[in-house]
Amino acid sequence: MAERVLMKGNEAIAEAAIRAGCRHYFGYPITPQTEIAAYMAKKMPKIGGVFLQAESEIASINMVYGAAAAGVRVMTSSSSPGISLKAEGLSYIAGSDVPALVVNVQRGGPGLGGIQPSQSDYFQATKGGGHGDYRMIVLAPASVQEMASLTIKGFNLADKYLMTSMILADGTIGQMMEPISFEDAEIETYEKPWALTGTEGKRKHNVVNSLYLKPDQLEVKNFERYERYKVVEENEPMWEEYMMEDAEYCVVAFGIASRVAKNAVAAARAEGIKVGLIRPITLWPFPKKALAAAADKVKGFISVELNMGQMIEDIKLYTQCKRPVALCCRCGGMIPSPDEVLESIRKAQKGEF
Amino acid sequence: MEHKRLTLFAGHYGSGKTNIAVNYAIALAKEGKPVVIGDLDIVNPYFRTADSKKVLEQAGVTLISPQFANSNVDLPALPAEAYRLVEDKSIYGIMDIGGDDRGAYALGRYVPAIKAEGNYRMVFVANCFRPLTRTPEEALEVMREIEAACGLAFTDIINNANLGPETTPQTVLDSVPYMEKLSQLSGLPIFAHAAESSVAQGLNGKLSPVIPLQLQEKYFDLPSQRPGNRPLFG
Repeated sequence: MAERVLMKGNEAIAEAAIRAGCRHYFGYPITPQTEIAAYMAKKMPKIGGVFLQAESEIASINMVYGAAAAGVRVMTSSSSPGISLKAEGLSYIAGSDVPALVVNVQRGGPGLGGIQPSQSDYFQATKGGGHGDYRMIVLAPASVQEMASLTIKGFNLADKYLMTSMILADGTIGQMMEPISFEDAEIETYEKPWALTGTEGKRKHNVVNSLYLKPDQLEVKNFERYERYKVVEENEPMWEEYMMEDAEYCVVAFGIASRVAKNAVAAARAEGIKVGLIRPITLWPFPKKALAAAADKVKGFISVELNMGQMIEDIKLYTQCKRPVALCCRCGGMIPSPDEVLESIRKAQKGEF
Repeated sequence: MEHKRLTLFAGHYGSGKTNIAVNYAIALAKEGKPVVIGDLDIVNPYFRTADSKKVLEQAGVTLISPQFANSNVDLPALPAEAYRLVEDKSIYGIMDIGGDDRGAYALGRYVPAIKAEGNYRMVFVANCFRPLTRTPEEALEVMREIEAACGLAFTDIINNANLGPETTPQTVLDSVPYMEKLSQLSGLPIFAHAAESSVAQGLNGKLSPVIPLQLQEKYFDLPSQRPGNRPLFG
């Protein structure tokens, strides 16, 4: 059996990143993700890596941009308000087609908000955040084990598609502890002939840049990028289905909300309500096909989120509004109780959406 | 088990200090002693002593906790009331210290009074399944960092070897050589072995003394992680 250790979600991200070959971490502290930086500060000097606490979030994301351009595995981590500050850098990284891993351990917002858990950066992560036409691969872990495995996956996908992978976690998964192991993680390596590694006078110099002087060239770059995004949308959606085989109602929830929802689904089943759960693991690319297939057989959906209703828009979009979608949500650092979710399942069964 | 007037729990973050402190406080109260527990954690934003407020109150334990615990105020401040732990000699005081050296800095201000009274036990909580204290040598390094930060030396070590819901009696038994080595390296006795109560039952006659722990149910526990796979309701 693989070696088991007891880890906090935030620590699992840091350790997984190191195992994935990341030796460059640039960050700025913010609750509730500080353990990532603390772990990196302790470990990186021992393994010849770089831990650097920058003077600001903006500085740290641009250090990530620089290191990514040099072709190394690099990451930063922050929480909601800090990610807003990094938005400009995220756009530059996307516009330069370099790979990076960015972690958002979400807290309540908007504004300075609070330090308790939240999922209210769904729009920011999946629809942009920074300016311009671009996408990020958004991975939503629901356990400490997934904090580790999706971090490694995130590095692999970033290198494969030359884009940013974002781990969209929340304060609770960042702080909670569970036993995990690392042994089965598959670390992929990719050639990076575009990287700025020094020509040594032997090759033509590489350029990493997001500035295009001619609009037609910029347009072509965007077209090319979106061709690549199409491949990601085709090949990379990940989701989990729970008790969906005979389901008449479908709860959709990701991350920590899916754990609360699973308890509610189990309780509803005990009452004889045929309900299942689809848990998107990639929020972009969204598991469109799973949702579309569910829309053909269930009577309605219930979106459970720690925000005012953000993913619900994608559920409606990708089911083409074929079925009603109810919203069960709390926000500002509050979490729906299993009882609240159960109540919305009962209501759905009565046709109340 | 002889109880000192003050019992302090410190250690690597995530080693289980709060769970042990809460259960130890309740056990003392059950013996009829007047018990006050102080949450001196200035590091951890979530999962605090204050989460156990109800069970502590039911057991007759007085809780002193930072005014801003579990709120959105990310402010490392301790209440003036916390001085009661060291000044009121009529109570048994339990101090739950924040993780690592960073958490232990907060203890420093109480140390002169603790030393002057000289009736305390400073316990290092160790879980060998935590990644940064996988070896007794690494645990010793954390011990020394904490001692340097707060200015108080440990007097005991306590074993809290666990893998969360995957913990079995064997998990705890497997950790004994680690604890014996840590005891040898530090020159300190093993105060007790702590284990979730059903695991503790399985350690009957195999290990002693064992402190059985009642753990809080969490809203995010999965049905598969709960005894009898029962959903989280009740």
